[in-house]
Amino acid sequence: MKRFTKDHEWVELDGDILTVGITEHAQEALGDITFVELPEAGRTLAAGDSFAVVESVKAASDVYAPVAGEVTDVNAALDDKPELVNDAAETDGWFIKLKIADAGAIDGLMDRAAYDAYLKTIE
Amino acid sequence: MANPTDHGAEALKTTPLTSRHQAAGARMVPFAGYSMPLQYEGIVAEHKATRENAGLFDVSHMGQILLTESRPGAAAAWLEKLTPSDIAGLAEGQARYTVLTNEAGGVVDDLIITRFGDTFRLVVNGARRAAVAAHFETYADPDVRIAPLDRALIALQGPAAEAVLAPHVNSPIGELSFMHAIETTAFGAGAMVSRCGYTGEDGFEISLPNETAGEAWDALVGDDRVSPVGLGARDTLRLEAGLCLYGQDLDETISPIEASLLWIIPKARRTEGGFLGEARILKEIADKPARKRVGLAVEGRVPVRSGAPIALDGAEIGTVTSGGVGPSVGAPIAMGFVPPEHAATGTRLAAIVRGKSVDVSVAKLPFLASRTKRKGN
Repeated sequence: MKRFTKDHEWVELDGDILTVGITEHAQEALGDITFVELPEAGRTLAAGDSFAVVESVKAASDVYAPVAGEVTDVNAALDDKPELVNDAAETDGWFIKLKIADAGAIDGLMDRAAYDAYLKTIE
Repeated sequence: MANPTDHGAEALKTTPLTSRHQAAGARMVPFAGYSMPLQYEGIVAEHKATRENAGLFDVSHMGQILLTESRPGAAAAWLEKLTPSDIAGLAEGQARYTVLTNEAGGVVDDLIITRFGDTFRLVVNGARRAAVAAHFETYADPDVRIAPLDRALIALQGPAAEAVLAPHVNSPIGELSFMHAIETTAFGAGAMVSRCGYTGEDGFEISLPNETAGEAWDALVGDDRVSPVGLGARDTLRLEAGLCLYGQDLDETISPIEASLLWIIPKARRTEGGFLGEARILKEIADKPARKRVGLAVEGRVPVRSGAPIALDGAEIGTVTSGGVGPSVGAPIAMGFVPPEHAATGTRLAAIVRGKSVDVSVAKLPFLASRTKRKGN
């Protein structure tokens, strides 16, 4: 089950590996994405660390780690096709996989219904 | 065109077309005190639509001014004090891009001046209306009357612009060449139609009464060849065309020589002077300016944006003033200021983005060849 942050990232846990990306709402707001700067595998992130930069035609935007963990994989497909984030933000356009020590860390994040309700409050 | 400015809680002004932008689902942003469309379909799509067919822009936030005179020659003489360009020599209906300079040789605003008989029509940046009004007040001439015109301004830009617009104008606009205008009837109302723009494409700007603007917009946007275009693509189009944005590439401290606008100063004025800021400007023509605006081709795919330092061998030598991705160029592009000794085309420099060095090289402007309809084209 996906969970969501107020910074418009989504996460999905499989065992102790957390896949992280940006939401459909975020890609829509950013517009045409031309480049995604991703971290190196092996980097350790604290919750709140900026781990990626999304360059759109409009602006550069930071992406923050929702929880602490170690980067085990990055989505190399974004290197050639950054527009994957526009086309499939919440599936093929994922950013990184994080090995997390504490699976409970994501409990505080919103579920889909709560995120949709949150989006309504900021529009 | 100037930078978006934050007007906080201040009420935003609207143009006669604001409700249409909202109805079309445009993303609206504050710009120059107005609520303006940033994008409709998306910046890249709107950019390409303009280059391939025709883009329609609401630029009613820009300031339109009518100058009249009570003594023959007074308005042209006054404008030649405030700009370093040839204004007296403008032919009927001829338009000129120039800048208003200050005593220190900086730029108060960039603008278009068009002559009709013994009157002049000015179009200034929306965000600079107040600064221009104050500047005109400071140098007021009793024989020159300045009247703001409360009118709409729309731009139709791209290779299909002439064919799309012609049926709506009661004059043969095909006979207009680049930087020429006519006062005519368009969309059933008194209009000024100018062959000019801010995209590097052929195209027109149409000044209309506010009450006619909606109908004109509907008629143009209803044409299959036309896409509405917001401020986002306006910026990528002008950047590829190598055109300055006031507030980024021009400001009150940057001289027209530094901004690589020597071409707006004709030979006679380079020797005779007689304009505000001439001491600095003539000296920079004779010697060299401290810095010069150049185009920058960016290697790789990391966009280099306004504010990024420009470095040579690890030492900071300049600043990027405009930058982003050029959708038609297909790569990141930028403009910035560097010392003239490092301004030659091909000079290899670096831009610093998020603490990392990005290779750039000085590139000829414009990034894309202009497709405007100059005489003889």
